[in-house]
Amino acid sequence: MITYVSDTLVFARRSLAHVRQIPEKLIDVTLQPLMFVLLFAYVFGGVIAIPDGSYREYLIGGILVQTIAFGIMGPANSMATDLTEGIVDRFRSLPTSPFAFLSGFMLAELAAATLAVAVMTVSGLIVGWRIESSLGSAVAGFGLLMLFAFAMLWLGTLLGLTARSPDAVMGIGFLVVFPLTFLSNAFVPAGGLPDGLQAIAEWNPISVMVAAVRTLFGNPTALPPGAAWPLAHPVPMALVWCGVILAIAVPAALWRFRARTTG
Amino acid sequence: MYESTVLSTKKGAPGVVTEGLGKRYDDLWALRDLDLEVPAGAVLGLLGHNGAGKTTAIRILSTLARPTTGRAWVAGFDVSEHPREVRASLGLAGQYATVDGLMSARANLEMVGRLYHLPRAEAKRRADELLERLGLTEAADRLVRTFSGGMRRRLDLAASLVARPPVLFLDEPTTGLDPQSRNDLWDLLRELVAEGATLVLTTQYLEEADRLADGIVVLDRGRVAATGSPSELKARVGGERLEVTVGDTEHLAPAVSALGTFADGPSDADGLRVTIPVRAGTRLMEVARALDGAHVDVTDVHRREATLDDVFLTLTGADAASRKAA
Repeated sequence: MITYVSDTLVFARRSLAHVRQIPEKLIDVTLQPLMFVLLFAYVFGGVIAIPDGSYREYLIGGILVQTIAFGIMGPANSMATDLTEGIVDRFRSLPTSPFAFLSGFMLAELAAATLAVAVMTVSGLIVGWRIESSLGSAVAGFGLLMLFAFAMLWLGTLLGLTARSPDAVMGIGFLVVFPLTFLSNAFVPAGGLPDGLQAIAEWNPISVMVAAVRTLFGNPTALPPGAAWPLAHPVPMALVWCGVILAIAVPAALWRFRARTTG
Repeated sequence: MYESTVLSTKKGAPGVVTEGLGKRYDDLWALRDLDLEVPAGAVLGLLGHNGAGKTTAIRILSTLARPTTGRAWVAGFDVSEHPREVRASLGLAGQYATVDGLMSARANLEMVGRLYHLPRAEAKRRADELLERLGLTEAADRLVRTFSGGMRRRLDLAASLVARPPVLFLDEPTTGLDPQSRNDLWDLLRELVAEGATLVLTTQYLEEADRLADGIVVLDRGRVAATGSPSELKARVGGERLEVTVGDTEHLAPAVSALGTFADGPSDADGLRVTIPVRAGTRLMEVARALDGAHVDVTDVHRREATLDDVFLTLTGADAASRKAA
């Protein structure tokens, strides 16, 4: 057990060494969310009207969830790169558990997700977003974000273990995450969308996640009247969605990991 | 749980033993019925073309792949039942240098040392020692992705030596290296063996196996084609080949008969070229005189070392060209 923990830390430190060598790796968890906060707050802030509050209060919940959803790309890319370069063979020939490699990898990626949430929280506070709920509720909001980040991390790892190359990862990731986050209530209230798109946005799990975060932070949710049942009950449904993703992604990723690393 | 950093071999156990080892990928047997016994401190060369099963054998022995049939022991430990003990006893340098391009050479070796559970100071000391030994001290703090192929190979080998493993597996360690690097690597491997390491290496070069190995196993499409010491195999295959190209097919037969006095085995004609194993010490001048005396229209005479193709040609009687096409 002691060696498992120390091996995990060795692998996590390896990921940090990569960040030191390629600081650009951190862009998607630092500059990119910051850019989104500023762009949306200042470009759309004046145009989009939110019925029960200001756009900036509305926006941050959406940006938080969107950035975390895009967070599948980082781990997917790193995992696919490690597998193509054969370094995993080196680790597997050492007297260490292959799962220590996986947990070290996750630990480093989770630290990156935490950094992203921190950057967005601070930049949100700067542009005028506030948490309007109780302390307990706010803690629950951050807890839910980290749970979602954890689920996305496993999904990204699964993608990295499934894709044929790091380039394929970027293509697939973008193709899935981009429409999923934009066809939601992350940036505009679902009620303002044309009928067909509104239905998609209401049933989109991203919308549920965004609404749950807004609810927990006491921000305006701007839910359309008669919203789909999951969207009308966002907090429990967000937990269910995270549970479903983890229940599928964790065993599938472990199975792919075993398959990709044992011949 | 394995906590010790002291790597030990089971007392008196041979370095590597396999019994009926086989591996099937879908419908294809990559390896079949491999029986090996490599005494501790000995060097075994696995010789074969691409796809002969060499890498598969190494992957099974280093616990990276599970055998479909048979059993294998490394340093006395069963690879299927005690993979952790096996991993603690082996060093692996793969065909593709498995080092981290985004870290320095030193950081790579220290990381591997930590994963062998060496104390931090010991891992650092060992990394310095190996960088020095493999001539990488000056490049120690450079990112590995800036390394040349030869430097990556040396670093990969250094990584496999971190824990002073009693058994080393090297998969085509010199493929792609220039002659100087190859010679340096051979010297290093001989030093390691002198220090007591058991070595299993794969190669496509008869010469390499000859220089380093005590025993050679020739693999062909997953099966053992021949086994023996280098001198035994060379006695069967012959050392050198003479290739004579003639101007016209009519001159093939006279050329073969003129070469008869130097021949050390049956000749092989292909187009306008005759290839014939020749006895050691044959002089090109005498060959030219004999061919000239028989009035053979010779356009080229070429002497070369026996290749893997010659080994297959002699040992299995099959035509190397058709084998490659298959």
